[in-house]
Amino acid sequence: MKSMASINLMTMKSGNLIKLFNAVFLFALFAVPGASHAALTIEIVGAGANQIPVAIAPFRAEDGLAQKLTPVIAADLARSGLFRMVDAGGMVPVPYEPEQVDFPQWRARGAEAVAIGSVTLQSDGRYDIRFRLMDVVKQTQLAGFVYYAPAAQLRLTAHKIADAIYEKMTGDAGVFATRITYVVKKGTRYELQVADADGYGAQTVLASNEPIISPAWAPDGARLAYVSFEGRKPVVYVQSLTTGNRQAVANFRGSNSAPAWSPDGKRLAVTLTKDGGSQLYLIDADGGGAPTRLTHSSAIDTEANFSPDGQWIIFTSDRGGGPQIYRMPASGGQPQRYTFEGNYNVSPHFSPDGKSFTFMQRSGNRFHIAVQDFATRQVQILTDGGIDESPSFAPNSRMILYATKVRGRGILAAVSSDGRVKQRFTEDAGDVREPSWGPLVNK
Amino acid sequence: MKKFFVGLLIAGVLAGCSSTPTKEQEGAAVEDRKPSVEAPVAKPADSGVVSQPLGTSTVTADPLKDPANILSKRSIYFDYDSNLVKDEFKPTVAAHAKYLGQNRNKQVRIEGNADERGSSEYNLALGQRRAEAVKQMMQLLGASAGQIESVSFGKEKPRAPGHDEAAWAENRRADIRYQGE
Repeated sequence: MKSMASINLMTMKSGNLIKLFNAVFLFALFAVPGASHAALTIEIVGAGANQIPVAIAPFRAEDGLAQKLTPVIAADLARSGLFRMVDAGGMVPVPYEPEQVDFPQWRARGAEAVAIGSVTLQSDGRYDIRFRLMDVVKQTQLAGFVYYAPAAQLRLTAHKIADAIYEKMTGDAGVFATRITYVVKKGTRYELQVADADGYGAQTVLASNEPIISPAWAPDGARLAYVSFEGRKPVVYVQSLTTGNRQAVANFRGSNSAPAWSPDGKRLAVTLTKDGGSQLYLIDADGGGAPTRLTHSSAIDTEANFSPDGQWIIFTSDRGGGPQIYRMPASGGQPQRYTFEGNYNVSPHFSPDGKSFTFMQRSGNRFHIAVQDFATRQVQILTDGGIDESPSFAPNSRMILYATKVRGRGILAAVSSDGRVKQRFTEDAGDVREPSWGPLVNK
Repeated sequence: MKKFFVGLLIAGVLAGCSSTPTKEQEGAAVEDRKPSVEAPVAKPADSGVVSQPLGTSTVTADPLKDPANILSKRSIYFDYDSNLVKDEFKPTVAAHAKYLGQNRNKQVRIEGNADERGSSEYNLALGQRRAEAVKQMMQLLGASAGQIESVSFGKEKPRAPGHDEAAWAENRRADIRYQGE
């Protein structure tokens, strides 16, 4: 494993448009947030069909660390809804090496696999963290990895270990080491925040007195595009998460919104009204050059989203009367309609594996999150909150993050793509909305 | 323009203390803002004595802010799922269009809004349609396109914070805002 690089200091810059009553503050992300409680707490309210029983044995020497690893690993796996955590306490001796594992004992406890490991402080101040995942039945090693990380990266290492276990046991990539972004509204204050996928370590990257909507992760995870109303009209910005610098990339006459990254990270599809109605255009992600118009209707065309292979764009259009979801070639061209249930289907997002898309559907007076499979055209309704919106996929296509309201307050929630696992994220203060799940990033 | 407003003030003040036909002048002031309106301003009843307005602000004479003037009306309300400018609001739109037509240096931004139901971005586009409908009507009635920018706040800046039909109706709205306000 490569060592975790440390990233540069936080820089604070004032926004380009500082108005007397509307100061906008931009921030770079700390590589690792300062030791703080999770601003978002996640509770799980549903479980997978057949949970895999695993045990995470304490790692050697982790007790003395400021950040213990195994509680984070266990919490990640439990939160996924796919694992049942088997009690790992009371083993004498605690196994740190394969030859110390008492397989029959673990089998008696019902575990299918057990993770063992150790943490060793090196002379250069970094830690050597190694773990092995052991098959309890076959009594063999399923996986083993070594990580070298400074103290500040211990939590991230725990997430990566959880990812490795998840991948080995389910066949899917784990998303525990990813991040999410969302907007928090506190009174008249809006904050665009980035947090770990478990809600830990939320940091504010933009604070404003005017709304912020539609944050979108660049494919490299290092930039966010978003819409800010700080100029008293919607303008699309691209901001670096490492430096805090940003640029207005779409500030044409009228409204500019709904940024969506092309998979190569070089372009954005956006909704512009500069030529009259809301239409889709392609612009360079650095804002240079003239926009290329993609749609040519007299209707509303908005909420573009690229397919993972970059070939297609799905979007919302009301050219047929009410808003429905269409797909067209990414270079523009004849769109094909995909939604036919009800008169209101909006906010489409491709699954990262390209096989389906999630969207928001209205039924009567209620809004819920649904998924449609491209191959079968079948639609599955996944939620029933009544005011569910803004769906986006986790990068392993297994979970969908969305926004909802509980007792009038905006919160985030997640549901597995088969509808079985449900999570609810609660925030300390304020309304949370506009979530987006970040990409897998190899470090 | 400033002279005219001062003239209007004096006319207004004098209305209370003379029997000159001030009604005509006030009528003229509302409908016709050409500088020539200055001509019919009445002379002071006592020559050599000029009455001074007490504590009045020239701002109230700005037709855009005068509550008695239709130009101070800035909001157009819409039905659900609609961007049609209803008959009851046409005089307001027409008045602003005319004002813009007569004041080519003035710029407005029309801010469209939508109620809270539905996706942020689709509501942004709905609000934009409402703003655009007002803009189009203004262009037909005397304003030029270069004076008007239509933008949308979608559902992001509701004026009424509730979650019922009354709040939603209040938020289905386009507001006219002049540059500098």
